[in-house]
Amino acid sequence: MDTAELLALYEQMALIRRTEKAAHDLFLQGLVKGTTHLAAGHEAIAVGASAALRDDDYVFATYRGHHHAMARGATVEECLAELMSRATGLCKAKGGSMHLTKADANMLGSYAIVGAHLPMAVGAAWSARLRGTGQLAVAFFGDGATNIGSFHEALNLAAVWKLPVLFVCENNLYMEYTRIADVTAVPRPAADRAPAYGIPGEVVDGNDVVSVQEAVARLARRARAGDGPAVLEAETYRHFGHSRSDPATYRPAEEVERWLKHDPLDIARGRLIEAGVPEETVTAADGRAQTVVRQAIEAAKSAPPPDPREAFTDVWADGGAAWRT
Amino acid sequence: MADVITYREAVAEGIAREMRRDPSVVCLGEDIGEAGGVFKTTAGLLKEFGRERVWDTPISEQAIVGAAMGAAMTGMRPVAEIMFSDFLACCWDYLANEIPKVRYMTGGQVTVPLVVRTANGGGLGFGAQHSQATENWALTVPGLKIAAPSTPADVIGMMAAAVRSDDPVVFFEHKGLLAAKGAPAPPGHVVELGRAAVAREGADVTLVALASMVPVALQAASLLAEEDIGVEVVDLRSLVPLDMATVLASLGRTSRLVTVEENPYQGGWGATLVSVVADEGFALLDAPVRRVAAECVPLPFADVLEEQVIPTVDKVVAAVRSLAAY
Repeated sequence: MDTAELLALYEQMALIRRTEKAAHDLFLQGLVKGTTHLAAGHEAIAVGASAALRDDDYVFATYRGHHHAMARGATVEECLAELMSRATGLCKAKGGSMHLTKADANMLGSYAIVGAHLPMAVGAAWSARLRGTGQLAVAFFGDGATNIGSFHEALNLAAVWKLPVLFVCENNLYMEYTRIADVTAVPRPAADRAPAYGIPGEVVDGNDVVSVQEAVARLARRARAGDGPAVLEAETYRHFGHSRSDPATYRPAEEVERWLKHDPLDIARGRLIEAGVPEETVTAADGRAQTVVRQAIEAAKSAPPPDPREAFTDVWADGGAAWRT
Repeated sequence: MADVITYREAVAEGIAREMRRDPSVVCLGEDIGEAGGVFKTTAGLLKEFGRERVWDTPISEQAIVGAAMGAAMTGMRPVAEIMFSDFLACCWDYLANEIPKVRYMTGGQVTVPLVVRTANGGGLGFGAQHSQATENWALTVPGLKIAAPSTPADVIGMMAAAVRSDDPVVFFEHKGLLAAKGAPAPPGHVVELGRAAVAREGADVTLVALASMVPVALQAASLLAEEDIGVEVVDLRSLVPLDMATVLASLGRTSRLVTVEENPYQGGWGATLVSVVADEGFALLDAPVRRVAAECVPLPFADVLEEQVIPTVDKVVAAVRSLAAY
């Protein structure tokens, strides 16, 4: 990867990091309702994977999906407006934090039932094969999803139908509040199970955007060549708790400290400096990200709330919601 | 064209007509290919359309319906079979949380044009886990359309409407009707969802029924005619959209209402229908409403026990008679 591309990925990660920080702050100010599941710390997975995908590839994500929506083209303003229940939100304020979706970029949704979207990604890959488009489908999911039935059903079906789908696990060590190791029989909950379905299971440093990009590019080539699905387990760490109500006090201090030192932004910055990119250039990218987020916060704040009548649109394809004559 | 067609043949014919018309229609499900389906409702599809259009799946209901959803979101029109409607519970997340919600929660960005077909209901002695009438499960979920045809021609016409629908449709094929015969459907036959049929006209009591309860209602109506009680039988055909206009118009003629439901009384579609009548058609009524529905016990195995639990002609006749005399 050349330094210009790496710098662009760095800037995208910086943008996501600052957006997540903004979501956190806006929640504390009472401007974001419900809950949020922040992805600060996971940026390299979304950004690295997206860099390896075609624009027309399909992406499915979880309720912790801000970074995936942004990596696939959702603007900071659209995302923050959605979180702040504004009419200009990505989903017209009908989805919220857990359902960020950018369908016109083939980012086909964030799903709040753990594991539910894995079979959908299989279906999108099946559809791509039926239509002969060469498109790939990618399902990003957490380590906790690996103990859900749909994970196993999806892997088996994708394998037996030899479909172009990648299953990318964001293993952040915790299934909500519980260590995944305490409730899971194998140490690598996704990669270790892939061989049971006759498909490759690889592990990658999920905090290194270059490693993620390379791994996804390799597995994507394989899938597009007709060699079937693969599992990529990306090791990472949440900077915040599971959700807004979780201070994450169950995590040992030394573990937190170790992982915070292994920060995706620091790793990418280190790679850039090592490749001879001036420090000021990297700092300037940070500054641009900061400006974009600051402007997005103001724009979202000044956007109107949704028209109450919007509650009764979009159930059916004709736009309406009538269930009777 | 044959003089008659069975309900079972109508299912395969209805799917085949849509597959011939639209190359984006594909089928998936357990045993639907070579085996032609455990109820032979997909017989002949593999032979005509091949393996790229008719896909056998593992016993993985979540993967079947989840994959159908993903395919529907990306340009296909999948027709997924869930063998017995009881098994909808195995993929209930998709029916309750994913398929019906995604359009709404994305602000209209995504459409899910799929059909989930399933063999519904009792009467064949399959026991408690293969005999349930589960249309009321689907009725509790905003965002699903619900079809439940009672005649072979309606199976074909409603299958056409379901496959062409840009919204998700749960299509209940009644096991007890599979061998029933009826008039064939003319070419291009489409029965719009949300249009009830008046299956028999009568002036005294309106009997609203669905799927296998339609022939039960019609038999009851024939018997009651001998007592000079004129029964109008309304075949709802679909629960969402629900054709209240036809029901209220019928009540305008008869002023008395009985619903016949195979699903349990609690939470059955009749309760919703009756509540709308109470709200909007109270002045049309000259008598209380009656609901004949299944009892709230699991479906037993033996015929003599099953008859105790689900509506029978005798139960319907008794309910109508009591109302006619009110």
